[in-house]
Amino acid sequence: MSEHEEPHAMNVAPGAPHDNLMSETVAYVIGLALALILTGISFWVASTSSLWGPGIAVGLVVLAIAQMGVHLVFFLHITSGPDNTNNVLALAFGVLIVFLVMIGTIWIMAHMNANMGPAPEMMNLMTQRG
Amino acid sequence: MSTQEAAAIGLTHQGSEDTGLGQRGPASKSIVVPYGFWLFVLSDMVLFSALFASYAALAHATDGGPTSNELFHRGLVAIETMALLISSFTCGLAIVAAKRGSMLWTQGWLLVTGLLGLVFLFIELYEFASMIAEGAGPQRSAFLSAFFTLVGCHGAHVTCGLLWIGTMMAQIWAKGFQPHIGRRLLCLSVFWHALDIIWVAIFTIVYLIGTLP
Repeated sequence: MSEHEEPHAMNVAPGAPHDNLMSETVAYVIGLALALILTGISFWVASTSSLWGPGIAVGLVVLAIAQMGVHLVFFLHITSGPDNTNNVLALAFGVLIVFLVMIGTIWIMAHMNANMGPAPEMMNLMTQRG
Repeated sequence: MSTQEAAAIGLTHQGSEDTGLGQRGPASKSIVVPYGFWLFVLSDMVLFSALFASYAALAHATDGGPTSNELFHRGLVAIETMALLISSFTCGLAIVAAKRGSMLWTQGWLLVTGLLGLVFLFIELYEFASMIAEGAGPQRSAFLSAFFTLVGCHGAHVTCGLLWIGTMMAQIWAKGFQPHIGRRLLCLSVFWHALDIIWVAIFTIVYLIGTLP
């Protein structure tokens, strides 16, 4: 594609495969293998009873974040190279907002759940019909 | 002004005039277009983060109705996950094939990608239909409203992606590997990979953590 027109480009587009023909296919294969392994571990962790129960949810979240990293690196070709700075900065800002929204909401809503309503049944009604 | 003069005063961005101070002038379309699309995809993830947050806040507000443990079947979700993951892989292979200018392989991999996306979508619609048939539709409880909003929004994205894949196959067929077609194909691949990233979060948070004993 059009990358060949500018051999000394200082930026690369997100998702554009690396230049070497063989290594780009290999990158997808490695990415698929890693993603399959992580997915397999996730499903195994969720269904096994040999692990410490309360830690399983945290472990699953960690596995999911790891798999997202694999997708970003091997499928979307986000690297730490200087030609990727713009892509990485945009990604960092996106991740910041995503974490603020999710952790902020979960944190605040959990506290409101804990501080409002005398009985669990009441709480249920309030979140339902409020 | 000739090109050489423009380069001499720094109006173009050839590699020879790299001053170490960053790129001069606007980048080429092959950079700007996918970068702009990357920004859109990231803002789409921000949208999904709001849906995830509301789902997490409402996941236990079942109003005495069915809970996630009773509703979700991991077997189906595993098949959905495989279909989408492998389609993400074949989408990447289509990009590689397009870079080599191979019409047959590009169309073939795009077709496989679309078919796997269809498998995913059919399983999801089957799941939705059977849940609604059991009386667990989106109006049953806040938990189910949040579930259908989150997973349905992802499904809508996959549907758009499928239409886009079909469009790209037709455009590549009709117009060949022109630069602007290549840019569109690259944007499509970014979109499709992003959908798989969001699905990783969905199957972990909704289906796996939601069905822990």
